[in-house]
Amino acid sequence: MKVALFITCLVDQLYPEVGVNTLRLLQRLGCEVTFPKSQVCCGQPAFNSGYVDDARKVAKNNLKAFDGADYVVSPSGSCTGMVHHYYEELFADSPRLAADAKSLKTRTFELSQFIVNVLKTNDVGAVFPHSVVYHPSCHGSRLLGVKDEPLQLLSKVRELKLRPLTNSQDCCGFGGTFAVKLSEVSGAMVTEKVNNIAATEAEYLVGTDMGCLMNIAGSMRRRGMQTGVLHLSQLLNRTEASDRKQGYNA
Amino acid sequence: MNHPSTERVSATEPSPFATKQLGDKIENPLTQKSLKHRADDALRDEYLRAAVAFTTDRLRGRKADSTELLGEWEEWRDRGSAIRSHTIAHLDYYLREFSDRAADKGATVYFAADAAEAQSIVLEIAHKKEARIVAKSKSMVSEEVHINHVLEDEGITSVETDLGEWIVQLAHETPSHIIIPAIHKNRFQIQQLFEAEGGETLSSETSVLAGYARRRLRETFLKAEIGITGCNFAIAETGSVVLFCNEGNARMVSTLPKTHIVMMGMERILPAWDDLEVMANLLPRSATGQKITVYMTALTGPKKKAELDGPEELHIVILDNGRSGALADPEFREVLNCIRCGACLNVCPVYRQVGGHAYGSVYPGPIGAVLTPILQQGLKAAGELSYASSLCGACFEACPVKIPLHDMLVHLRRKYVENGFEPPIEKAAFKAFGTIFSNRTAYEAAGKAGRWLQLNVLGKDTDRSAQASPLMKVAERIEPLAGWTAHRALPETAQRSFREIWPELLDHNSASQSPELDDSYGA
Repeated sequence: MKVALFITCLVDQLYPEVGVNTLRLLQRLGCEVTFPKSQVCCGQPAFNSGYVDDARKVAKNNLKAFDGADYVVSPSGSCTGMVHHYYEELFADSPRLAADAKSLKTRTFELSQFIVNVLKTNDVGAVFPHSVVYHPSCHGSRLLGVKDEPLQLLSKVRELKLRPLTNSQDCCGFGGTFAVKLSEVSGAMVTEKVNNIAATEAEYLVGTDMGCLMNIAGSMRRRGMQTGVLHLSQLLNRTEASDRKQGYNA
Repeated sequence: MNHPSTERVSATEPSPFATKQLGDKIENPLTQKSLKHRADDALRDEYLRAAVAFTTDRLRGRKADSTELLGEWEEWRDRGSAIRSHTIAHLDYYLREFSDRAADKGATVYFAADAAEAQSIVLEIAHKKEARIVAKSKSMVSEEVHINHVLEDEGITSVETDLGEWIVQLAHETPSHIIIPAIHKNRFQIQQLFEAEGGETLSSETSVLAGYARRRLRETFLKAEIGITGCNFAIAETGSVVLFCNEGNARMVSTLPKTHIVMMGMERILPAWDDLEVMANLLPRSATGQKITVYMTALTGPKKKAELDGPEELHIVILDNGRSGALADPEFREVLNCIRCGACLNVCPVYRQVGGHAYGSVYPGPIGAVLTPILQQGLKAAGELSYASSLCGACFEACPVKIPLHDMLVHLRRKYVENGFEPPIEKAAFKAFGTIFSNRTAYEAAGKAGRWLQLNVLGKDTDRSAQASPLMKVAERIEPLAGWTAHRALPETAQRSFREIWPELLDHNSASQSPELDDSYGA
């Protein structure tokens, strides 16, 4: 199966290792992976802030970058959600681009969604002998509707102990420019999220979006917490038992 | 008379609501302080935050239990949404049907274009009846037109008889939740308010406090010449008004005083009684997790000959106040589907932290952040509310009639930018974003420059202690970075971007050979 990586600007610039793990995971599952180099960003930062024209410019480049790809897979539910939920609306004025947007939507998947629903597997042979909490990111779970898939994958990881997280469905407070526009409210939200994570005493936090994980990890590090933070692709690539600490140390 | 929805108001002018209806008596909180200031004020109120988190947690749990018991909740939502959308699409037809039928049954029906018109209609009735005391049950529309202040200006005592509303009235505050107006108060604060009101010593026990309120409010029910209620649903086919209530006060207010005034938004209509069944299942479950409301009162016209209960006169005031503007705009029309259950408030992570007053509008929470800018188009302070959200979508998921509140928030932000309300520096920043992030070459250069800057000039933002470089310490004091670093460390800077590593990754096509897979990061 041919897959084009939609790496997202955040992973490209700040978390390249998440991109590497996404690549290796897909390769391990038998995919032939390419990286269309003209891709940059889905345009969401501008779109969610009300700058539609600037967002359209960025999205148009993204639309072109994945023209002709069979499957487009991304390690972000948020960026995938942008393509799924808003691209058609964004290009409503141009029938040709709107058709392209519609086509891209049918070909674009978030990583866990792709593995479970397209590759039709939920056991990727991972082993992770640690206690873990999972934060369901809002855009992935609500905008895109990917709720079960990450949990299905985690349930098949050997030796993994998944701990329940109080009010797990509550937003971590990231919200793109929200985190700087209403920084104190955002800070209060991430503080409550981190309090709930700390109460589980889990060794690791895992999630499907680096925006949220950057926010939560930043707060945990500020508080001096030792909880490891992992993108789902990093956790699923652990194929042999190891006590080695990995991830973005909080 | 100016119509608030069509009147464009410049950013510096106070809201038309403030000047026209409130006089100099009360300030409009929406224009007094910025959203950020109001939110920051609320964050410092630990009592409020604890009370809101406690109550919304309880309501979330109850809602989950009651909807699970009912089963097929998503199908109920679909039906609710379909009924409301159909009604709103044909609102002109159903409004006429409702008003004709209500008039046939002996009610007097008024259409008020805006708050000022609604106020003068109510005042005229009050003067005609020589009313001295008005008993009110909970009504968001009456809050929207500030009817209590208007009546009091005329020397008429208006008493809120819903327990929460009464508490808020005694505290000289406004409701901070659509369903639970005093959600931000604890019982000790309520004890103080009641003791000050009656000059009696009470305890903080809820049964004692409720008993006191019951005794005092009964005096009002018996003395009031006029009762004012809201309207949960108006049934077009029979011209009936339906009230949902848990304390029984709405029934008292609508039957004991000789004159009953109903104040309703023009979108409160349901075509038929069959539709009410769906709403009667959706509303209490979404609002408080109750299977059914304690009292459901249906009123069709005033008291008839030989009937014992009910008012001699029934007046129904139907308010527009910006709603026609929403109706005419397909992008925002669905906001009129709202049945005022407050479910979106209970799940909103922003509301949870700041409570209702931080919104500065009559309607708080996600529905307020959407409805207020729609009803008060062109008012910058109203439009700003669309930014009081992290766009997490919990509101849409909770909405029993499936209003896409999260999409509307984004669309309202677009309008805010189109109105030129954003600062020029932000506009310039997004223009730069548009240019750089739509072009691979520009983006790669900017990425390299950014990484070089952080690695070689600013240095690490470690734990905000002495280890951070002096330059980083300066940078951390400048917005927008300051907002981020007040609560969070910055992410570690990657040495190379993914696209820079990519050619090497192709050379090592198996997992074990890739050095980057070893993702154990030091603290």
